[in-house]
Amino acid sequence: MRDSRPVLLVEDDSIDAMTVRRAFRDLKVTNPLKHTVNGEEALAYLQDPANDKPCVILLDLNMPKMNGTEFLAVAKTDPAIKKIPVIVLTTSSEERDIVESFRLNVAGYIIKPVDYKKFVEAVRTIDLYWTLSELPKEKMEDANALCQAHSAGGR
Amino acid sequence: MPCAKPILLVEDDPIDALAIKRALHASNVTDTVVHVPCAREALACLRSPGTDKPALILLDLNLPGTDGLEFLQIIKGDSCLMNIPIVVLTASDEPCDILRGFDLGIAGYMVKSSGYEGLLETIRIIQNYWSLSQSPSHHASCNS
Repeated sequence: MRDSRPVLLVEDDSIDAMTVRRAFRDLKVTNPLKHTVNGEEALAYLQDPANDKPCVILLDLNMPKMNGTEFLAVAKTDPAIKKIPVIVLTTSSEERDIVESFRLNVAGYIIKPVDYKKFVEAVRTIDLYWTLSELPKEKMEDANALCQAHSAGGR
Repeated sequence: MPCAKPILLVEDDPIDALAIKRALHASNVTDTVVHVPCAREALACLRSPGTDKPALILLDLNLPGTDGLEFLQIIKGDSCLMNIPIVVLTASDEPCDILRGFDLGIAGYMVKSSGYEGLLETIRIIQNYWSLSQSPSHHASCNS
């Protein structure tokens, strides 16, 4: 990824989580991978000021307690969280999931490849894209100050 | 203008637009690219009735009239258009533009490289990612 902040993985399936971890290792993606098992836990992680905010979020949809779309509905209304790009990584190819996710401003919707080699390729593609793309600064306050200074400078 | 094509490029600089289109074709993008030079034309194209929405919008920020960020605000406030993924492709690397873009729900922010080789690499990475990703366009829900 573009910077060294963690990647937040929201995934209830421990095998799938392990596969992501393994792909990160094989591709030498150095970002720490923070793993939470449902939307509720992910929100708790994101809302705890003691935790580093992730540079991107990899989100499964089908999870117990709070599923991916429910998580998005909350995350995308929280000013401190909404700017973090969320990439859906799921087995669901359901039209309604795709449409609903993009309505909630996801920055990609990737269907988990079953084959490990293809899975690694998918993670490589995600990593390359989010290494090239700029990312918003971690500290919202800093960025807001920047924007104010920027407009005051006569944009 | 009817808009039934998969990629909408909003770019006011004709030289940049040409280079981006060439890079898209070189990256095996078989989809037709519709190029419009300003936000007003982009909106007219997106809102023209009975046409499919593009799978992706590539958006310059520094546009004449309505600028890129204002355009984003309009799109994200329109329930028929809000689910189209938008990737910013601009010369500006201002942290403020980056933050505002992501606040408005963009799906990537790429700074234009100066040379053609760099641009080609950028387009290739965008193309790889968006051919891997699903897009809601084929599942269009809103026909006005």
